Amino acid sequence: MATPVADDRRTLGLVQPGRPPVRAPRTSLKVRNALVGWTFILPNFAGFAVLTLVPVVTLFYISLTSWNIFGAAQWVGLDNFTRLVGDKSFHTALGNTFYYAALHIPITIVVSLSLALLLNQKLRGAAFFRTVAFFPYITSIVAVAVVWNMLFSPEYGPINQFLSLFVDGEMPGWTVSKDWAMPAVIIVGTWKDMGYYMLLFLAGLQTVPGELHEAARIDGANAWQRFWNVTLPCLRPTMFFVTVMVTIQSFKVFDLILVMTDGGPGQATLVLSQYIYQKGFQQFEFGYASAVAVVLFFICILVTVVQFLYNKRKEA
Amino acid sequence: MAARPSALRRSGRVLLYAVMILAAAGIMLPFAWMVISSLKQNNQVFTAPVEWIPDPVQWRNYLDIWVKADMVTWVRNTLVLSVAVTLLQVLTGSFAAYGFAKMRFPGRDALFLLYIGTIAVPWQSYMIPQFQMLSSWGLNNTLWAIMLLQAFGAFGVFLMKQYYESIPDSLSEAARIDGLSEYGIWWRIIMPLSVPALASLTIITFVSTWNDYLGPLIYLRDRELWTIQIGLQSFIGEYNAEHALIMTGSVLSVLPIALIFLLGQRYFVQGIATTGVKG
Repeated sequence: MATPVADDRRTLGLVQPGRPPVRAPRTSLKVRNALVGWTFILPNFAGFAVLTLVPVVTLFYISLTSWNIFGAAQWVGLDNFTRLVGDKSFHTALGNTFYYAALHIPITIVVSLSLALLLNQKLRGAAFFRTVAFFPYITSIVAVAVVWNMLFSPEYGPINQFLSLFVDGEMPGWTVSKDWAMPAVIIVGTWKDMGYYMLLFLAGLQTVPGELHEAARIDGANAWQRFWNVTLPCLRPTMFFVTVMVTIQSFKVFDLILVMTDGGPGQATLVLSQYIYQKGFQQFEFGYASAVAVVLFFICILVTVVQFLYNKRKEA
Repeated sequence: MAARPSALRRSGRVLLYAVMILAAAGIMLPFAWMVISSLKQNNQVFTAPVEWIPDPVQWRNYLDIWVKADMVTWVRNTLVLSVAVTLLQVLTGSFAAYGFAKMRFPGRDALFLLYIGTIAVPWQSYMIPQFQMLSSWGLNNTLWAIMLLQAFGAFGVFLMKQYYESIPDSLSEAARIDGLSEYGIWWRIIMPLSVPALASLTIITFVSTWNDYLGPLIYLRDRELWTIQIGLQSFIGEYNAEHALIMTGSVLSVLPIALIFLLGQRYFVQGIATTGVKG
């Protein structure tokens, strides 16, 4: 942008060779503008850089050291990572994290999209229902976990009492059973999160043009065909955003499990984030815990990048 | 012939209503259980079949909890944190958003990309280095740590930037020509126009700070510093057989958030929709 102006000036004879000061006011204005811009960003950015960026960078350094409660950080190269390869608890945590994600991601997407479609039918009381469905999302994890643990209580809990009306025989042990603890956690996770994604889908549905639906209806498409061929393609940007968010949220799942099962029974619900917490804040093996954290970091970055590339390719 | 499709449609709508009512009941069930149990005697919480109406109603629980648990301290600490974090986040977030949305200067877009990039980085992955850093500053076991932790999130910048971009540039251009400084434009023109977004950010930040469990769990060890979430969790551990009282504490911990949410629901929903749609 600056060059044509300067050229004009030269042709007009405003700029004399060897006398650049004419351009000085422009440059200083630019510098001033940049400085003002920076002052706006700085208060937040300073906090953000010191409290987020610096720790993220130091994470990699710590993961290559043997820092623990007994001594200061000592460089050990990739030792922590080779230790991960043979660490059974780490394998369990990794497996459980993928187990949680593999169920939580699709179930949450399907349920929240269904709720959003239901709300989009312009039924009476839809606003009330929206409030209800969103409410679990804003309530604290501690209160929610203790209630659900009571509901899931194997002998006198209302859930098993309800189930016993339909099923004979042994009832699931839920949070006290190795096999049922994870499904229980996934149910609560979905119940808590779906309202948030429902809102995102609902906002996305408002951008689907009504004429497209009308045209498809006239062409004889039934409700399912209209959903599959009109609604879903129009929702793609929202779907992309939701998928990325649910995925990251699933892989980093932590507080829900911490307060509901504390990783138990045994290690049945131990997940990566909790393993980082155990190693770092309970056993004070900062170096080793950071190596686990690096794994979590790369999983989250990797799935985001893959989803991003997939979305790009679909768009092209 | 004409009646059939409309009858079909009507029964379809009846079905939709049924689904909606059932879903709503299912979603609210844990809260109903929570409130009902909080008004029961302790030995009435688990019964077969479930008693859905407490008899007699134990209002006493709502008095006893203040004696047995240190609720006053917890609520005070949580309130201090939530207010401080919200103020910092709203001020610095909206200030930075102006720089990103309304000004042009080299490095701006790269910087914003850095902000966006951290959305994919879970806090759990860098909580250890962050803890070490704040501890080395002597902030471990202080409320300051939680304030710093929560106040400079990328979310606030992101939300406000999205909103500022919907305000026409011609407004700030005109003010610039009239000689108003950039700070003046932000304070006198953009801020008054962005009240809905500010309300969204305020409510969302307040609620998430109120509900935060992990930050206080890691940093706050002294009982006098505990927040309501940490306090409630330790109460559950200490009195694990007092089911009714635990439910009373849970109701009290959720109540302020429920009120704020019901009053400011519109802003809540708008805020989430803004950050989601453009994603």
